[in-house]
Amino acid sequence: MLKSIDEINEKISKGQAVVVTAEEIIDIIDEKGLPRAAREVDVVTTGTFGPMCSSGAYLNLGHPVPRMKFSSSTYVNEVPAYSGFAAVDIFIGATALPDNDPRNKTYPGEFPYGGGHVIEELVAGKDLRLVANTYGTDCYPRRRIDTLINIDSINEATLFNMRNAYQNYNIGVNLSDRTIHTYMGVLKPRLGNATYSSAGQLSPLLNDPYYKSIGVGTKIFLGGGTGYVAWHGTQHSPCALRGDNGVPRRGSGTLAVIGDLKQMSPHWLRGVSFLGYGVSLMVGIGVPIPVTSEKVLACAGVRDENIFAPVVDYSNAYPYAKTEILAEASYAQLKTGIITVNGKSVPTASLSSYAKATEIAEILKKWIKDGDFSLTSPVAPLPGVESGIVMNSLKERDH
Amino acid sequence: MSVSRRIVLRFPRPLVDQPIIYKLVKDYNLMFNILKASVTPKEEGLLALELSGTQADYNRGVQFLTEAGVEIQPIGKDIFRDEDLCTHCGACVTMCPTDAFHIEGRARWIRFDAEKCIACGICIKACPARAMEMTI
Repeated sequence: MLKSIDEINEKISKGQAVVVTAEEIIDIIDEKGLPRAAREVDVVTTGTFGPMCSSGAYLNLGHPVPRMKFSSSTYVNEVPAYSGFAAVDIFIGATALPDNDPRNKTYPGEFPYGGGHVIEELVAGKDLRLVANTYGTDCYPRRRIDTLINIDSINEATLFNMRNAYQNYNIGVNLSDRTIHTYMGVLKPRLGNATYSSAGQLSPLLNDPYYKSIGVGTKIFLGGGTGYVAWHGTQHSPCALRGDNGVPRRGSGTLAVIGDLKQMSPHWLRGVSFLGYGVSLMVGIGVPIPVTSEKVLACAGVRDENIFAPVVDYSNAYPYAKTEILAEASYAQLKTGIITVNGKSVPTASLSSYAKATEIAEILKKWIKDGDFSLTSPVAPLPGVESGIVMNSLKERDH
Repeated sequence: MSVSRRIVLRFPRPLVDQPIIYKLVKDYNLMFNILKASVTPKEEGLLALELSGTQADYNRGVQFLTEAGVEIQPIGKDIFRDEDLCTHCGACVTMCPTDAFHIEGRARWIRFDAEKCIACGICIKACPARAMEMTI
């Protein structure tokens, strides 16, 4: 080992740590060579800012007088919240929709407001309307409430996202003859466009392909505040196809993350609406990678031209769960604005914000340089390629 | 010198049934390409169009329109991006038929060029953050 995390933290506390972003490190390795860069650089910061649907927040509302056990009918700004917990704990999911949203009844639905927007407004400090009906008990006699809450009036407000920061993702296209509306955005007919959603060379898990640095307990930038990696995310698939450089060529690893909403910012948690699909939450995440060895730095030095993503047809292959891949394209190719699929030039668009990912990596860099953010050692590793994890599909059975 | 401008014309009610655009062609040699046309519930007419011709003809045509009582505005004033809402993702880039959005620099900021916009409105609902607004 070149440097321990304790040694790096020592430097951080003295304001002497050398911190660069996952984009800057590429040029530094080119210029100085890997061994020297690994000796000189202490931390590489990564960042990503994109729609992450498996996000949500749990709130403890505080007890009203008389007491009430919130149950199946609980709404925040008309968005249903899950309350199958103790009396006043509720969970708001990012893609939840008001009961009266017309969905896709007039296709494509607009989905102007939902759980992601509730979370953004909560973080922004706005008053939100809480309406709930329930049954009475001897200990919780109250049956109805209609009031206002905000982030200061409630007890805990915790962001808890069960799947974020996907390590690579599909490139969406449409082979059909009509425009389709998907979570990969509006896809024009006959390969009219291609959308992707990863910060590529800046994305946290693409800079640590084998999860050697990032693990359970890693302290991170989350939604403008600090948070932690809580666990591996749902659908974490470390055994997905990898390239010679170890970087996954398919959607693979994921993170479950957690953090105190009260210190986050609406700038980095944004409710978004996908035409004809639904709502989501754009989440800002930045993960520091301590340069403990040359090997770690070699991984963090990954560049867009060496990261490949699969092109998937969202008119047929994706909805019907066919494994067909039309092509592969590198993030460098995607960023030129044109990729080639089935012999056709297809214009590309990103759904995650590289500009904001860069900003996050820069903010995290500043926090660390200023001594405001120390690094943590994982308390447990994320499942790796040795886990043999295979994703199950939902097989329907007679009963 | 020839010019080509994208403008929005607002016709007050008495002018709605007048052949104003015909006169721009016949009397002022201007070419037009209609981008959007509508009559509002208050029976005012709205026409977004591209006008091309020599600078002299264009000036005379605009003078004719103004004197006739037509309100003229560059199209860019009616389409704008709420900079606080834009996340610079880029979902708009391939939706725009006139390439009014482009990507700038290594950090890939998304820039909106109102001059290229034809006010079709396709970007408005395609924007996940709903950052684009149109007032025509």
